[in-house]
Amino acid sequence: MNPSLNALLVVVLVLNLFALGTSRLVTVIKIVSLQGVLLGIMPLLIETEIGMSVIFTSVAGIALKGIIIPFMMLRAMRDVQIKREMEPLIGFLPSMLLGALATGLALLFSKALPLADEHTTQLLVPAALATIFVGFILLTTRVKAITQVMGYLVLENGIYIFGMLLLGAMPLVVELGVLLDLFVAVFVICIIINHINQAFSSLDTRRLVSLKE
Amino acid sequence: MINLLIHLILLLTLPPLLLGIINKTKALFAGRKGPPVLQVYYDLIKLAQRDVVISDVTTWVFTAAPIITLVGVLMAALLVPLGSFPAPVSFVGDLILFAYLLSIGRFFTTMAAMDTGCALEGMGAAREVTFSCLSEPALFFALLVLAKMSGTLMLGDLLHAPLIVGTQSTAASMVLLAIGLFILLLAENSRIPVDDPNTHLELTMIHEVMVLDHSGPLLGIVLYGAAIKLFLFSAILLHILFPFQTGCAPLDWGLFIVEMGFVAVTVGVVESIMARLQMQHVPYLLIAAILFCSFGFVLLVR
Repeated sequence: MNPSLNALLVVVLVLNLFALGTSRLVTVIKIVSLQGVLLGIMPLLIETEIGMSVIFTSVAGIALKGIIIPFMMLRAMRDVQIKREMEPLIGFLPSMLLGALATGLALLFSKALPLADEHTTQLLVPAALATIFVGFILLTTRVKAITQVMGYLVLENGIYIFGMLLLGAMPLVVELGVLLDLFVAVFVICIIINHINQAFSSLDTRRLVSLKE
Repeated sequence: MINLLIHLILLLTLPPLLLGIINKTKALFAGRKGPPVLQVYYDLIKLAQRDVVISDVTTWVFTAAPIITLVGVLMAALLVPLGSFPAPVSFVGDLILFAYLLSIGRFFTTMAAMDTGCALEGMGAAREVTFSCLSEPALFFALLVLAKMSGTLMLGDLLHAPLIVGTQSTAASMVLLAIGLFILLLAENSRIPVDDPNTHLELTMIHEVMVLDHSGPLLGIVLYGAAIKLFLFSAILLHILFPFQTGCAPLDWGLFIVEMGFVAVTVGVVESIMARLQMQHVPYLLIAAILFCSFGFVLLVR
């Protein structure tokens, strides 16, 4: 097995913690885009024989997650003119520690899962679980809509890592379908963010509970 | 024998050059010409020729502190192997001695700062001690990872673990360890995300504020000691980053010096592109360093 895959996964885990620890939206967007690029590289490391389909998945992943979505998010951020997540439900340091705890537990307990032999030495499963959990923390504890989108993207990254286990078995169409879904979702959310901002003059999703006639 | 001699010569002469390279990198980033690379040597020579001004309220601690700090750092440096060569002094358990030789220097620096009776220096001392509470566990976790990997408690052998064991099976922990140690290097040497060595705004300074009252040769000794500490931490980081050797001694020494320059340039680049963290955010960074090093350990034992 390629040892640099584990190194890449560890970098993804480190980026998770940084995403939890920072309050600047630009930094979160950059971190998630870097994560997307790293995930895009992974299929090239996992496949022993690199065919056209693998290269295509990888390029599409990098282009979408590394360039297009971050670009859209940066534009959305510029339009609504906010720069920071001000008051998360769980503070930055506690959420970072929570993420670290989740990562540690994922590392320790993924051994107990009945995995195929070739997957036990890899970090794919723990990294996937930890990333999903970090995405979940971002999604639930942040109140600005943009950060919640970033949480959604991190969550999706975790699921994508899980999908790496099945890379040989999963047809290209499924992978592309997921990427397309993601793209459409983020596209729609960016428009919604603009509307929330116009309707409430704030991106605080807690205000959405009060309906306007 | 000849390697030992080169080790000592490099240890005594190279450290100020690192500071010079960092300053030059920062200047180039800012579009300035910057001071010459050897400027720190000139500063040290200049300071050595100056008179010392000592405040009436200070005691012997104030005068002794820089010297004790320098001696502590130099002794610690003897325990650390440079490149692929063995350390001059090595025995079982010397990693504890290494950590506390650095701590004794810190203890006396803070004592001297408080000895002056200046409120600002006391503040700097309090910060230094608070942050070191967090940087010390990070250092020990990092050493623990290497100890686990090599199965020895001798600093000399332990730092060569990546060289001997190879990084194939442990690439993941090594990545974490490198990040953790780099943060530690920045924090311990008061570099930018933690402390700005150039500001002279006492309210936000950590290390610089503690040595405000030192002058002349004493200040020179403080500066030189700080440079050696940077050299030490870079040497430790290099064991993780570049576990290679060519087998030919002169080539290995050349490689080591080039790698040192690389670390200095990296520090300079980080200082140029990052802003200083707010004081209350510094512990986050240090906790992150602890987490990285401890995850490195978890990955290794799992």
